[in-house]
Amino acid sequence: MQYAAPQTVEAAIDLLTSHEGAHVLAGGTDLLVQLRSDRVAPEVIVDIKRIDGMKSIRDDSGGFRIGAAVSAAEITEHAGLGAAWPGLVEAAGLIGSTQVQGRATIVGNLCNASPAADTTPALIAAGARIVISGPTGTREIPAEEMTTGPGRTTLAKGELVEAVRLPTRAARSGDAYLRFIPRTEMDIAVVGAGVSLSFDDAGMCQAARVALGAVAPKAVLVADAAAALIGTAIDDAALEQLAQACAAACNPIDDKRGTIEFRTQVAGVLAKRAAVAAKERAFAAQK
Amino acid sequence: MSQIHVSTTVNGDAVEFLCEPDETLLDALRDRLGLTGTKEGCGTGDCGACSVTVDGRLVCSCLVLGAEANGASVDTIEGLGQGDALHPLQRKFLEHAALQCGVCTPGFLVAAKSLLDRNPDPTETEVRYWLAGNLCRCTGYDKIVRAVIDAAADMRSQAAQS
Amino acid sequence: MALDDKHGVQTRDFKIVGTRPVRPDGLEKVTGKARFGADMALPGMLIGMILRSPHAHAHIRSIDASKALALPGVKAVVTATDFQDPGDGLRDILENCMAGEKALYDGHAVAAVAAINRSVAKRALALIDVDYEALPHVTDVDAAMRPGAPALHEDAADESVPDGWSKNVVRRYEFGHGDVDAGFAAADEVVERSFRTEAAHQGYIEPHACVASFGGDGQADLWCCTQGQYMVRATCAGIMGIEVAQLRVTASEIGGGFGGKTTVFIEPVALALSRKAGKPVKIVMSREEVFRATGPTSSSSIDVKVGMTKDGRITAGSAELRYQGGAWPGSPVEFGAMSSFAAYDLENVKTVGWDVVTNRPKQAAYRAPGAPMAAFAVESCVDELCKTLGLDPLDVRLKNASRDGSKASYGPTFDKIGLTATLATAKTHPHLSAPLGPNQGRGVACGFWFNFGGDTCVSMNIGSDGTVSVIEGNPDIGGSRAAMSQMAAEELGIPFEKVRTVIADTSSLGYNEVTDGSRVTFAVGLATIKAARDAIEKMCARAAALWGIPAEAVVWEDGCAKPAGPNAGEHEPMTLAEIAAVASETGGPIAGHYEVNADGAGVSFATHVCDVEVDPETGATKVLRYTVFQDAGKAVHPAYVEGQFQGGAVQGIGWALNEEYIYGEDGRLQNPGFLDYRIPVASDLPMIDAVIVEVPNPGHPYGVRGVGETSIVPPLAAVANAVSAACGVRMTELPMSPPKLLKAMSQKTA
Repeated sequence: MQYAAPQTVEAAIDLLTSHEGAHVLAGGTDLLVQLRSDRVAPEVIVDIKRIDGMKSIRDDSGGFRIGAAVSAAEITEHAGLGAAWPGLVEAAGLIGSTQVQGRATIVGNLCNASPAADTTPALIAAGARIVISGPTGTREIPAEEMTTGPGRTTLAKGELVEAVRLPTRAARSGDAYLRFIPRTEMDIAVVGAGVSLSFDDAGMCQAARVALGAVAPKAVLVADAAAALIGTAIDDAALEQLAQACAAACNPIDDKRGTIEFRTQVAGVLAKRAAVAAKERAFAAQK
Repeated sequence: MSQIHVSTTVNGDAVEFLCEPDETLLDALRDRLGLTGTKEGCGTGDCGACSVTVDGRLVCSCLVLGAEANGASVDTIEGLGQGDALHPLQRKFLEHAALQCGVCTPGFLVAAKSLLDRNPDPTETEVRYWLAGNLCRCTGYDKIVRAVIDAAADMRSQAAQS
Repeated sequence: MALDDKHGVQTRDFKIVGTRPVRPDGLEKVTGKARFGADMALPGMLIGMILRSPHAHAHIRSIDASKALALPGVKAVVTATDFQDPGDGLRDILENCMAGEKALYDGHAVAAVAAINRSVAKRALALIDVDYEALPHVTDVDAAMRPGAPALHEDAADESVPDGWSKNVVRRYEFGHGDVDAGFAAADEVVERSFRTEAAHQGYIEPHACVASFGGDGQADLWCCTQGQYMVRATCAGIMGIEVAQLRVTASEIGGGFGGKTTVFIEPVALALSRKAGKPVKIVMSREEVFRATGPTSSSSIDVKVGMTKDGRITAGSAELRYQGGAWPGSPVEFGAMSSFAAYDLENVKTVGWDVVTNRPKQAAYRAPGAPMAAFAVESCVDELCKTLGLDPLDVRLKNASRDGSKASYGPTFDKIGLTATLATAKTHPHLSAPLGPNQGRGVACGFWFNFGGDTCVSMNIGSDGTVSVIEGNPDIGGSRAAMSQMAAEELGIPFEKVRTVIADTSSLGYNEVTDGSRVTFAVGLATIKAARDAIEKMCARAAALWGIPAEAVVWEDGCAKPAGPNAGEHEPMTLAEIAAVASETGGPIAGHYEVNADGAGVSFATHVCDVEVDPETGATKVLRYTVFQDAGKAVHPAYVEGQFQGGAVQGIGWALNEEYIYGEDGRLQNPGFLDYRIPVASDLPMIDAVIVEVPNPGHPYGVRGVGETSIVPPLAAVANAVSAACGVRMTELPMSPPKLLKAMSQKTA
């Protein structure tokens, strides 16, 4: 095995293209665990942290561009992100421990393609777009199209994620991410729910995105759940519709972390709570 | 596998070591540099016993490659006190009997210092959540949390006096 | 000062005992200098690694290590054929360290390699070919008992087991007195419930580690993290076929044990590799190995029946306990059966325990082994009866509590005990009157542990400058060196700082039993006090010789030898330092010794009170407040006594709520890591209030009782009773993880 720390995206793509079994290293919090347990044995590890722009959060025409190697801790400490996308920031603040957040990245969370990744539903709800570079150039896809199943992404050979782009935030908007874990920290989500809402002057929801994690082979954007909220003031009836739509979208498994029954039941509960929190933030932000 | 030459700063001292490409910073610290104060409890980032800071950022050294430390500044438990003078956290851990077996203690101290560097007056809840990645099986955390809060108060009053 | 007689506790004003000095090993532990198991390295040391069975149950047809041995850098491979049969007492231990004809659980060691470094050793493991024939397996205790269950052994059962069970049922125990049928007939209310608890792991943060060096001259040295270096010596010498004097075992600082380090796993393997390779060998377990292949506690299945009158008198109690202890006999079901009803003074009581083997790792002791699950079952039933009859749970326990002179359900008659004192203290504590909100509930439960004494040996050397070295033989797992220094200083009448207590290797001090059974502060403390008295006697004799008076005419007071009275003549008192300074002229060095098989440990009781809140929509339980009331006899170092109370309570909370061994259909452990074996983290918990109750133990000169284990006994039931109060659901299966609790709540609503 070799370790390489290229200075440019082009050099990184070269390494990824020219080696069988090359693996990108950003935060390493998944990769090093997989290396230790022999689940991966890459020929070369490509550390992207020394590439310009990978470690920065930049203004992006009123939105944000988050470099692929920006750690969760750097995201939770970023005042601008916290004001605009508190739900995504709270998701980043839920990955592992303080120590893990010092290294883990939201792009790594996405590319590791665990159905239970905490930041993925939040990114999907936020309408984030993923900037991918590869041997044939650069492309951009919505976050929900990044993964195809457990451990699988749409990245082609030689491609790597350069950044995540978050859109400009409309007025009276808020987002929230909640997850259920057995303890208060240090667990993998048994269910995760990300909700992003925008409201009109009259206080009616005019745009909504709802995404669920850990209830299907990949994080899912639930259109019916969003539809249940749009045009409402997020009243009890709308929340009940939301919960039902979420339960209907669940296609979970029984495993050591939770049962099908539990995940289905709790998905709706969390989505409701996240929607209420997102609404509160939308109007708190306005004040 | 050919070894990688790493130049880094550990507890303020410039050091160099050779390591395997897949060798963790934890193993490099312990086996190459003899700094065995940093402990391995799990090797998967779930226990915090290997906590160190890299360029001021609290991390699990079992989830960092030794090679990544090139050019960085690493701080470990061995650098927490200065000479014979204990850091207030170390003193308060002793006064409050915040350790029983002591194997998690270095990780807790490094993590707690990182908290107090950022937040000199944390609430009990803030202490508990910051330290949630540091497992202790002996104490039930009670005396650890008290020691951290007391050390913070001590450091604030020292800072006010100076 | 009167020296103690066997049943006379000294009532005295302690100067040092009962204070909270900084522990002597503290500085090393806050600076990273303390050396734990994995922190040792020897010149020329090899790295050992162990190959483990991926099968829950399999015949090992053959092992071919030729490819591994051909790999450059590999120095030795060992398998079961490298060990002689060590005989009945050690055969199970050896087979657990290295599988013989069969692999009996997922993670069972089948071969080991020593190589120049970890990466070579790791590659070598992958080159060892093991030909397995998979066999049907069983990991559940009730399934394992049924006739026709896959059998692990042909003849492991003894004569206590009646016909009609599977071969996995290996021991039966029975305790009790009176007539339980008559007792139940006299009850106004009888509750009968079945309970299940899953296996919990001690979860010490330090994985097992050792360095072995086996010389060509037949002498061997072993460094390891253990709760008992003498146990390691006896076990390893027996397995290696050498005399105990040829093996020196040094205990490292120990990063937690809780009973899990009272046996050996890797030590004989490291010795065998070292003997074969001719070089020192270090083995450090990974966390995955710790979970798969060390000794968690038993899982259990328990039926309990309790009868009560309307006014709260328990008329009878019975329990049938089934514990699986992994792949060999030895589950702690006997302790479970003995302790089930120990907190109650009952006329009619009967308990039956069944020891069962399954395809799981051989259980090891875990803090009050066997007692927490039994207390969970019994205390849940008592709580249910209190609710049904509208009685206060503390009043009912006070009414039925074991007290001085009660005949214990397991046979003996209790001497001075502190159960009612803990209950009475709890009753007046503010926690009991604190208001509760919606979805919140409060639970109480009691717990008992026997406590042990056992073989103990202490030496005490008086330094020429008046300082004192205490040499004891029990690894310090939670501050015991501080406690020994305190007791020595107290007895000698010198400052705490003048004493340094160290832990001997096996060649430097006589035999000491393992650090277990909450025995150390009691038994080693007793021996320390007696060794100090031995030294005092010698120092008095030295002073007497200098003064030219009989030794009987000298007394020891406030750290000085003094003439006993006016008839002894006028002499200036001599301090310990003054006597020590001239020791060479008065007969040579001065040392005190004491060797004992200590009895009189004094049983221990606790009462716990727990408040929880249950989220009705998710089944998540949050512990809001927790108070421990426990009898310590005499708290030598109150901070470390509180620490034992708090740590045990939190381990019990973890066991109650989220910790469990999860086995798949394939018999493999699914959660061998701290990610999914969920021990409590700091943010899960409130402060744990620790209230020390002191009812002196007549068996110890200062009244000390062991405190280490009892604190894990009540929490399982205290939490379950609180959950029941919060959401109206009686959970009979642990852990009460959110999916289970939410399902139970949904079923109740439906």
